Amino acid sequence: MQKIIFPNESVSLSRRRFVKGLVAGGAVMGLGVGPSASAMVVPRTGQNTLSGSTFDLTYSPVKVNFTGNERFAMAINGSVPAPTLRFKEGADLILNVTNHLAEDTSIHWHGLILPSAQDGVPGISTGFNGIKPGTTFQYRFPAIQNGTYWYHSHSGFQEQMGAYGAIVIEPKAGYPYSFDREHVVVLSDWSDEKPEDVYTKLKKLPHYYNFRERTVGESLAQLKAQGLNAFLADRGMWNDMRMSDRDISDVTGYTYTFLMNGVTPADGWMGLFQCGEKVLLRFINAAAMTFFDVRIPGLKMTVVAADGQYVEPVSVDEFRIGVAETYDVIVEPSSEQAYSVFAQAIDRSGYARGTLTPHPEMTASVPEMDAAPILGHGDMGMDMRGMDHSGHDMGSMDHSGHNMRGMHHSSHHMVHMDHARHQIGCRNRMPMGSGPAGFGSKQAVVHAETEYGPHIDMRADAANYRLDDPGIGLRNNGRHVLTYAELFNLYKTHDPREPEREINLHLTGNMSRYMWSINGIKFADAEPLHLKYGERVRINLLNDTMMNHPIHLHGMWSDLETGDPDHIPRKHTVIVQPGAKISYLVSADAMGGWAYHCHLLYHMPGMFRKVVVS
Amino acid sequence: MQCIKIWVAIALATAFSGAQAMTEDDPFVSQVIIDQLETRSAEGSNPLVLEADAWFGYDLHKLWLKADVEKVGSEIEESEFQALYSRAIDPYWDLQIGWRHNTKPQPSRDWLALGFKGLAPYWIETDAALFIGKNNQVNARLTFEHEMLFTQQLVLIPELSMNLFSKQDAAAEVGSGLSDMSFGLRLGYEIKREFAPYVGVNWTKKFGGTADHARAAEEKVSDTQFVAGIRAWF
Repeated sequence: MQKIIFPNESVSLSRRRFVKGLVAGGAVMGLGVGPSASAMVVPRTGQNTLSGSTFDLTYSPVKVNFTGNERFAMAINGSVPAPTLRFKEGADLILNVTNHLAEDTSIHWHGLILPSAQDGVPGISTGFNGIKPGTTFQYRFPAIQNGTYWYHSHSGFQEQMGAYGAIVIEPKAGYPYSFDREHVVVLSDWSDEKPEDVYTKLKKLPHYYNFRERTVGESLAQLKAQGLNAFLADRGMWNDMRMSDRDISDVTGYTYTFLMNGVTPADGWMGLFQCGEKVLLRFINAAAMTFFDVRIPGLKMTVVAADGQYVEPVSVDEFRIGVAETYDVIVEPSSEQAYSVFAQAIDRSGYARGTLTPHPEMTASVPEMDAAPILGHGDMGMDMRGMDHSGHDMGSMDHSGHNMRGMHHSSHHMVHMDHARHQIGCRNRMPMGSGPAGFGSKQAVVHAETEYGPHIDMRADAANYRLDDPGIGLRNNGRHVLTYAELFNLYKTHDPREPEREINLHLTGNMSRYMWSINGIKFADAEPLHLKYGERVRINLLNDTMMNHPIHLHGMWSDLETGDPDHIPRKHTVIVQPGAKISYLVSADAMGGWAYHCHLLYHMPGMFRKVVVS
Repeated sequence: MQCIKIWVAIALATAFSGAQAMTEDDPFVSQVIIDQLETRSAEGSNPLVLEADAWFGYDLHKLWLKADVEKVGSEIEESEFQALYSRAIDPYWDLQIGWRHNTKPQPSRDWLALGFKGLAPYWIETDAALFIGKNNQVNARLTFEHEMLFTQQLVLIPELSMNLFSKQDAAAEVGSGLSDMSFGLRLGYEIKREFAPYVGVNWTKKFGGTADHARAAEEKVSDTQFVAGIRAWF
């Protein structure tokens, strides 16, 4: 097989190959598995699709080769990603999952509303303890929703080894928009390393995979540009906190090859269209650890659904997709040319890419990656009053301090905004009274006693709602980047009740010891979170770390409070930005045990709760 | 109690190495760190110096072993070992308590070790320990290290360390007060995270009574040596 050389990169040859992947790298589909089977290739058009209402899915080890090295993937039906499952809303589904691996496995149907026993989380879902080697487990549940979702193993770190695939549920009542063609776009990250080894390396040296650390030269350049006082003020904070402003992703392109529909960047996934067609793209972030920033240079994308649920259409140039999120967008390529579908990793250590093209032989140029982002003080949830912000990426920060009672929609906030294109404010009302549905919490930030100790390295004392902040690395980039503040449910709010109570959960950790927890308590030591059946609660998530965390509640929707109580969007996974807070409402309408966790695979063991609805 | 837990875990992990359930957020982990394995330029035989650590355990509780060996020719001139229980007491600091044993130089000495190891503000790796030995001899040892990145792989490490003693110990050839100090500059190239060859200089000086002993034994009181070696971990 051919190896490729990319002369313009400053990283070493071996790393270059990991990031870009191998030409014609991929996984075999549908072949029998044996030790002698050689790794074969995902076609550039991506994984295949299974349709119907009964599905037979089989886990087995399959040889893959994404980097020039053969590795075993934990594949479902012989491919990475697993086949796309396509069925109709209202279908009574039967999914037979057979385990031909040497260890226990499982499948979780991410974002699907179903009985706890069918949710597929060993030890959490009612009565489910995983699928033993050599056995078949039958999932049965009705499809009561429609949209774009996905499925993946919920056992150990298997997801990192290829155990994920897309789900498309066709609506019973037709689509609220029109399109002529559709493509599923599954984004993921592949490592030749065993996930257990990755985790152990992070425990030994948490910055193991970060090759964008601050250098002496950069510090001297900053000193020269800012002068001594500003330099010391900035560096003093980071040095006192012993944190790195370059700490964007724990695991990077140093070990990852980023895949689009299982195709390496060297090959590039290919999706066809005919000029003048409306093309629906169903983006799914099935990565273990990687957020992607997605754009298609030359095309506007109209976001029509988030996490499978329809939203009021919003036209953007770019969107950030957190791990486990999905976005459906419509593009309308009107000229006879190819377009790059470009998904750069949040830390810019690599990208997944594909091509939308009217002819297979037509190619598009691949854009340069943006500069690697650098965290600012605001990303640490620090009070910025009285500080010199010069030179910082403070574009969308709210500096108003501790008392954030509903401030995120106030005119005060808008004074500090320079994102005039974010059309909020006109419809978002200033909340009066005590935190009504749709507007978030009025409660003051209080850090629990359990948040103090060697397991916690940071507490955000001035954490704000930052719904209109596109996030680190995307602020003021000249493109219209989707923000949560622009997400409104296409339909009326499903459950318009006011929340009866609020639950405050702080996302906590110590990066330098690679420990993760919620409210300072890791899963192993935590009591389950109890919800009363039928109650409507508000969950306030506050991020006391410097990383984005995608938080996923199983079994029930996270009704994200974006400022309009009548059109609250429903999500299954919500990004909590570093040093920020965010609120959503939950209707506890699903009995049983549910998983609730950060979807970054290596944060998940600690940053996890069992939720019990009874 | 925690100490017992760790010993049991070590025994179990040794017996079933590699078989831990990895969904556990805090698995048993071990690391061997060869901080310096180097040869130093000297008159006569070039000494070979090893400074290495190993730890076993969990996020907040570890068994920590330290070794410091200097060999000149075929002679071991210095050898020191420490076995410590290491407990996290702060986001960046571990309290380390245990036993230190010097076999060389003779006579051998045993010490109760009590130290703080961690990361001070401004990213200064610090190891500050008190050792309490026979006849209430107290040895204070401070070590500071900092990484300066010229590139992501080219790293300069300045290191400063010093020993102080509460009283003199003629048999061990140390005087009271500040006894010795060393300052090193090592420029390494991380071929990968786990492996970096380096070159550098190391300056050492003895003070007070310790210097007097050195003079009496016709040893150098102060020395500047070029060093070349490797840093590695696994």
